[in-house]
Amino acid sequence: MWRVGTVVALHDETATARTIVLEVPDWPGHLAGQHVDVRLTAPDGYSAVRSYSVASAPNPEGRVELTVERLPNGEVSPYLTQEVAVSDRLELRGPIGGWFVWRTQQTEPIQLIAGGSGIVPLMAMIRSRASAGSTAPFRLLYSVREPRAVFYNDELQALSDQDRSVIVTYAYTRAAPKDWPRPPGRIDAGLIANATWPSNLAPTCYVCGPTSFVENAAGFLSASGNRPDRIRTERFGPTGERK
Amino acid sequence: MGTISRGFSGRRSAADVKLPPGQYLTTDFPVLSAGPTPHVPLERWEFTINEGTDVLRRWNWKSFRDLSTENFTVDLHCVTRWSKLGTHWEGVSLDTLFADVKTDAEYALVHSYGDYTTNLPLDDLMNKQAWIAFRFDDEDLAPEHGGPARLLVPHLYLWKSAKWVRCITLMHQDQPGFWEALGYHNYGDPWREQRYWGD
Repeated sequence: MWRVGTVVALHDETATARTIVLEVPDWPGHLAGQHVDVRLTAPDGYSAVRSYSVASAPNPEGRVELTVERLPNGEVSPYLTQEVAVSDRLELRGPIGGWFVWRTQQTEPIQLIAGGSGIVPLMAMIRSRASAGSTAPFRLLYSVREPRAVFYNDELQALSDQDRSVIVTYAYTRAAPKDWPRPPGRIDAGLIANATWPSNLAPTCYVCGPTSFVENAAGFLSASGNRPDRIRTERFGPTGERK
Repeated sequence: MGTISRGFSGRRSAADVKLPPGQYLTTDFPVLSAGPTPHVPLERWEFTINEGTDVLRRWNWKSFRDLSTENFTVDLHCVTRWSKLGTHWEGVSLDTLFADVKTDAEYALVHSYGDYTTNLPLDDLMNKQAWIAFRFDDEDLAPEHGGPARLLVPHLYLWKSAKWVRCITLMHQDQPGFWEALGYHNYGDPWREQRYWGD
């Protein structure tokens, strides 16, 4: 069933990514980590649908936030990041997916690993933890190209400042801030060992990002003793346009 | 017709390509799986057809590769909306694997290394509709795409084509697999756009 949401706010996260805040009057609610299908329809009836992760925590107001990264040859993401204006209406279906989710009843340590725009569903989990008053220990390892490509920078900073149970580690792949302890580069076994929960704490791990990133991160987690059934992944390929 | 998106014109795919509803064409091969990629050494690989604890047929890698194979070209349709046309594979037809299997079961639950499962009617695996594939584009099948061997049932959405296939359990009663229990359609016909529960 398709629902119509109204765009109530827009803000840019980076030069190429935009958050779209929608109000969906009959929204059935979602879990942190789920995604929605968004349908665009041209005047002649042609339509295109893509999936995007929800960035916002579950909330009773029917508010759904999406953060969309613009893909150079995308069909839907350029429209969502450049054309959409406040008070426009967008069609949504969902929420979808019951596996890559964090529920507020979960009390075990949580390890989040994001590659680029893979942060979006993980941010929903961090926000859900905060809004539910959960005390589950959360750790986020966020691999990103360069400092200006970070989404939700101030909010992540504030959350980790006010709550020592949310630990955020950034890893940069192309350009790091001055004096950053780790030279820019892809994630490796050493980084996973230093910036994730030890496997003897039996964390549930959520890994989201481009295919090769997820493949590597999940492999390192597995090699460092995390049980495969505790590693949940969400991958997006070059044309996946998920997130 | 749905709500018109102000200022959206869209990008139609090539005029003569017929895709299932709601799909778009891709030329690369995206990967979607729910967990880490299992790496299954060939010396420990086996594939069975069973009725629960009763194993009807069993192959190791060598006996599996001694079976006659087929080269086939099929279109793939993923529920995440990409379609990839004309993919080339080599594999063993399920008709070959089931040649000596006598059963009155009507359903199958396919299990993977790494504990993924997916269910489908047994009829959908028969009559030149399904293969256990081990080569893609003349190369050994890469682990992230399901190697050493995966099921291919191209007439259903791709989540039914279990990667890292380990066994097929025959059942008299249908039982939902992994995604089928998590909101995805029990049958998954792309031409009828059976993506989610209720479609």
